[in-house]
Amino acid sequence: MSLFQSHIHSDDMSILGRLRQLAWGQIILICVLACIGFLCLYSAAGGTIDPWASAQIIRFLFSLGLLLGIALLDIRLIFRSVWVLYGGTLILLLLVDVIGHVGMGAQRWLDLGIMKLQPSELAKVTTVMALARYYHGKELADVRKIKNLLVPSIIILMPVGLVVTQPDLGTGMAIIFAGTAMLFVAGVPYWLFIVGILGAAGAVPIAWQFLLDYQKNRVLTFLNPESDPLGAGFHITQSKIALGSGGFSGKGFLEGTQSHLNFLPEKHTDFIFTLWAEEWGFLGSIGLLTLLSLIILYGYWIAFRCRNHFARLLAFGLTVNFSIYVIVNIGMVMGLLPVVGIPLPLMSYGGTAMLTVMMAFGLIQSCNVHRDAKLPRSL
Amino acid sequence: MDRDQEKVDSFARRAFVVGGLQGIGVSILGWRLSWLQLVEGERYTTLAENNRINVRIIPPSRGQIVDRYGVPLATNLQNFQVIVTPEQSENLEKTLRDLQSVITVDERDIAKAIKMAKRSPSYVPVEVRDNLAWEEVSKVELALPHLPGVTIQAGELRSYPYKDSTAHIVGYVGRVSDVGKMKDSLLSLPGFQVGKSAIEKKNDLDLRGKPGRAEMEVNVHGRPVRQLGIQPPVPGARLILSIDAEFQRFVQQRLATERSASAVVMDVETGEVYACVSHPSFDPNAFSGGISAMDWEQLRDDPTLPLNNKAINGVYPPGSTFKIVTALAGLESGLINGSWTVTCPGHFDLGKSRFHCWKSGGHGTVNVVTALAHSCDTYFYKLATVIGIDRIADMARRLGLGSVYGFDLPEEKPGLIPDVKWKREVKNDIWHPGESLVSAIGQGAVETTPLQLATMLSRVVNGGKAISPWLAGYANEIPLSINLNANAPKIDIKSSNLALVRRGMEAVMEQGGTAYGSRITEEGMTMGGKTGTSQVRRISMAERASGVRRQEDLPWHLRHHALFIGYAPTDTPKYACCVVVEHGIGGSAAAAPIARDLLLEVQKRDPKSRKLEGTS
Repeated sequence: MSLFQSHIHSDDMSILGRLRQLAWGQIILICVLACIGFLCLYSAAGGTIDPWASAQIIRFLFSLGLLLGIALLDIRLIFRSVWVLYGGTLILLLLVDVIGHVGMGAQRWLDLGIMKLQPSELAKVTTVMALARYYHGKELADVRKIKNLLVPSIIILMPVGLVVTQPDLGTGMAIIFAGTAMLFVAGVPYWLFIVGILGAAGAVPIAWQFLLDYQKNRVLTFLNPESDPLGAGFHITQSKIALGSGGFSGKGFLEGTQSHLNFLPEKHTDFIFTLWAEEWGFLGSIGLLTLLSLIILYGYWIAFRCRNHFARLLAFGLTVNFSIYVIVNIGMVMGLLPVVGIPLPLMSYGGTAMLTVMMAFGLIQSCNVHRDAKLPRSL
Repeated sequence: MDRDQEKVDSFARRAFVVGGLQGIGVSILGWRLSWLQLVEGERYTTLAENNRINVRIIPPSRGQIVDRYGVPLATNLQNFQVIVTPEQSENLEKTLRDLQSVITVDERDIAKAIKMAKRSPSYVPVEVRDNLAWEEVSKVELALPHLPGVTIQAGELRSYPYKDSTAHIVGYVGRVSDVGKMKDSLLSLPGFQVGKSAIEKKNDLDLRGKPGRAEMEVNVHGRPVRQLGIQPPVPGARLILSIDAEFQRFVQQRLATERSASAVVMDVETGEVYACVSHPSFDPNAFSGGISAMDWEQLRDDPTLPLNNKAINGVYPPGSTFKIVTALAGLESGLINGSWTVTCPGHFDLGKSRFHCWKSGGHGTVNVVTALAHSCDTYFYKLATVIGIDRIADMARRLGLGSVYGFDLPEEKPGLIPDVKWKREVKNDIWHPGESLVSAIGQGAVETTPLQLATMLSRVVNGGKAISPWLAGYANEIPLSINLNANAPKIDIKSSNLALVRRGMEAVMEQGGTAYGSRITEEGMTMGGKTGTSQVRRISMAERASGVRRQEDLPWHLRHHALFIGYAPTDTPKYACCVVVEHGIGGSAAAAPIARDLLLEVQKRDPKSRKLEGTS
């Protein structure tokens, strides 16, 4: 325990002291974003608070409490629990695979009473934690050695393998992207990424063979949505019409014809950005994009402030994770990326995604509070 | 600390690269937004303006199921429902209370409607009540101006006029279970029903029909303004069964004298089934509106299995009815002939084991005809030692036992015909000679269904044509199983041997025969048949020594099954039947009188005289 030489900021800070150290700006931005989400859900239900907005508000308040609770946790406790949390996630993933198999369906979640938890969502957070923990004590020279890529690769691929077999390709890809970004900032040589990108491009035709029919269809209709305007391309085409018809200033709150006449599918989940953009126009959607960017920038700012490598990597990795979801979801509804069924974090209706995103922001906040904490080098 | 600084610098550099990439990503999003909303905005606004056409799926009406004369066995009743669209009703609770003052609506239904309304967006209509009577419909129609958001919707409810009589062959319908929901847009329509058992299930695709589409122009608020085009639904096909509905009902009522029984009556030439009954039964109408959990559990847990069609999936040892098979196997082997005799002292000894004849005093000297007439066990024990099990099993299979026919009901079971190979491969044991003796009289491992026994008898009395039973004639004018037996292969059995066995079955109904008491006494009517009694429980040596317990003293579920297979008329057979009375104690006492009544009635009604025809 003598290794834990503590710093004034993180050692004997009172609860009040820690509260003062929270990055309140980011928390306020998150609340604003969630409120925009509530407005969208209110509109999606035809101007009523039931069934979506009411449930979402309760979930958000619950998750906000969780965020604050995690933010106030001592980062040394988090640091020490990383492997336990990572291992626990793997066990949960295995368990859900087994239970789902017995239950004859794709059961991806565990029931927590107030909301359902998908271990695959947890995996996104704990994988980042495990990588941050692994690279925390490593010298740059060691990081650059090829043989030291083995452990981080296993850390990434174990949860990915379990998630993809559920099958949940979207989450698996998100974990791979976030993991790769972390390897990059940890200092793995540049040329490896170039080789990796070329290799991945070469593997596309092979991977194509393994995709399920519905997944192939999504890619094909993405490449040419007009080929099947009433079938699978319907979603993309209708979403583009909704977005475009919003124009500069939008059709007005509760006035979105595309959404309210049911042309827009999944308007309360994956396509919630479209609903907002239709009713609030270019001003609203650019504003929303700016808000999302500010939340991301805040995350990076926190990462840069941290004075220990673990917190730095953790805050960075979780922020990358969030931004991947934002970019992929918005790219999808605008027809720039295939429809992959990824929600817009903090806005789309759904408990699990909300819970994990808020947990991740709780961890980022904890990094900020304990940015000066000293953590042991070795395992 | 230097090395740490190096790490921090590297992190910072590379984080800027990642951040830069994301910046590019966000910029692309922003550029795309401005392209869609500013540059292309007007074009998309026009598209959205024109985007006022909603497509609604119109469910097809489910096809009728009728009997051979066109009498409906399954039809659709109009089902009027009151629905309310929460968005259009200013105050849902008040509207529902107002509705309550017009027609009776349970508090439970109101609570359910409010709950459903909370669970879905306000433009989705919610069902309040269904099965409205005609007066109720007109009352609601009158009050509609004061009931904002309320509408009447006409749906369909499956109805089965013959109720429990045809429940096991027609089946019932129910809501789509979640598993199949994804594949077909029709299946995800609220309240859409599919076949869950019997013909309703097997021919579901024929009965379902094709959905229609209505293209509606909707206003800014989503309400339909006018209909632009309509592609009407194609109703499901009318299914014509070989069943004679009135006769089916007669059989059901006749079996109702027993606690649990089943019967099949079929055509020996064409294989069409005229009646296929399992008693007790259930009312399939109860399923159409959704059956209560309590009623369902009661049906499911009843030991007489009312939900099962025992005529096709009840497997029983055939008992002495199987002696027909053993006799034909013997005659065809060439090892015995009609004048081969056995003297029956009331038992047969094989090594150290003693096998008992049902008549402890013995039958004296019997040949194949008298052995069938008196159902002498000893004769067939001896015959089994002469020809062996494999010849018997082979004959049984040729006559249609031991496998499924691909019958028109999905619940059909194969039963079991044991032989040396089966014993070795399935039981991993050698065949004991004693087992041949037990099998020869239809006991032991031999298992058959009533449908199989009726088919076996048909093949024997039709001159050895391997016909199979069927039920579904036409879907509209498209033939289903009607031509199933057009090219039925001949079973290679000498007609003289078939005649000998038929003579034996006639003798069963004559003086001294086991079913003499159940003979047909009406002028000009005849029948032949064979009784069977199959043991449910072994009679032990000790019990035999101390006196066999009377069957009537045993609990119901341990008593013997009573069987009878019969055909009529005797000169040119047309109809074959099989009756099984579960735990009915004796074939001659319990099953034969029922079979007699069925064969008498079917000859009077003579369904064979009218051929099945498709309608177009």
